[in-house]
Amino acid sequence: MNSISAKLTDLPDYELIQKGTGACAGCPSPMGLRIVGKALGTNAIMVMTPSCAVASIGMMPKSCYDVPTLNVCFASAGASAAGISGALDVQIAKGLIPGPKPVVFNWVGDGGTYDIGFQGISAAAERNDDFIHFCYNNEAYSNTGVQRSGATPLHAATTTTPSGKNEGKKNMPLLMLDHAPAYVATASIAYPQDFYKKVAKAKEIKGFRYIELHAPCGPGWKFPASETVEIGRLAVKTGAWALWEAEEGRLTISRPTLQLAEGKTKPSPLADYLKVQGRFAALMKGAGKEQAIAAMAQSIEKELAELLARSKR
Amino acid sequence: MTKEVLQPLARPVAGAGGSTGTWRSQRPLLNKDKCTGCLLCWIYCPEAVITREDRSIDYEYCKGCGLCARECPAGAITMIREESGHE
Repeated sequence: MNSISAKLTDLPDYELIQKGTGACAGCPSPMGLRIVGKALGTNAIMVMTPSCAVASIGMMPKSCYDVPTLNVCFASAGASAAGISGALDVQIAKGLIPGPKPVVFNWVGDGGTYDIGFQGISAAAERNDDFIHFCYNNEAYSNTGVQRSGATPLHAATTTTPSGKNEGKKNMPLLMLDHAPAYVATASIAYPQDFYKKVAKAKEIKGFRYIELHAPCGPGWKFPASETVEIGRLAVKTGAWALWEAEEGRLTISRPTLQLAEGKTKPSPLADYLKVQGRFAALMKGAGKEQAIAAMAQSIEKELAELLARSKR
Repeated sequence: MTKEVLQPLARPVAGAGGSTGTWRSQRPLLNKDKCTGCLLCWIYCPEAVITREDRSIDYEYCKGCGLCARECPAGAITMIREESGHE
């Protein structure tokens, strides 16, 4: 495969996002979608389940999204995108519409991926349906007022875990990898060029592709709108969020995370990441703070070691 | 009167969320002399209100999140308080 240039001067002009969206100031969802639009181009169909991205569309009869966008019910991202993709295949085969086939992709939050949408996405991955599932992971049900999800990390406060979540998060990207699909990747809003390359690569692959974008949410995580990127960056630099990709099951750790996993760069202190987010305020003020942070750092270290071992398999 | 078929379709257009520039409490100001053209502000802007060519900002829709100023490595963008409403 030709190497993909992600130089900012070379990126396509195309804007999937029409300015003046309904999203909060500093929202990572339109940030991510801008990159997706640049990588996929105009020949694409977007599918959304209930999420902030739907609430951001704006007011009828206007939409802030430049590609055909379908709003489907919460549990159905996997089934809906699979159906659209399959119908396009049939229509093209019958000559009813000209090719090339549009890229069908889901833009779904962690609620619609980790929890409510999991069954359909798992089934689509198993059938190797031809679409890209993007999970923009803001680690809670932010759209409905920040309730805990399967992606909410340990100790994070949400409206349903006011004193902090007692459980850790699922590792959804690894769960998807174990479905053995064509392509799986994780990305971060703070590393747009890495994200662009991964989307551009996924575009050229046929079959089920899963890309998860770590998307810090100001109102949900309680930080100022200007800090979205910095917090995303801290998540990667502390190891709290790992960047990797897997083609045909072969896992490659992406550069900033690889540096940590191989011990070439020391991870930033985890407290730096936690203290700037209001959702960890109870933890940071609590008596067991030092112990809790040490335990979290230890589990990050373990996860990175496991990822490194898997990349060498 | 022409008969139009009413469909439950929304069309892409700027300002689907209204004139979102009115949300702003702080306004980003670009100092063109300091700008190195690294384009980080352009790529990080969630609203796509920064032009790639000259980094001009569309204040009609800029929500004033301040990400551009925060991420600018040259310190070429400063946030100033919106004084009396918006033009």
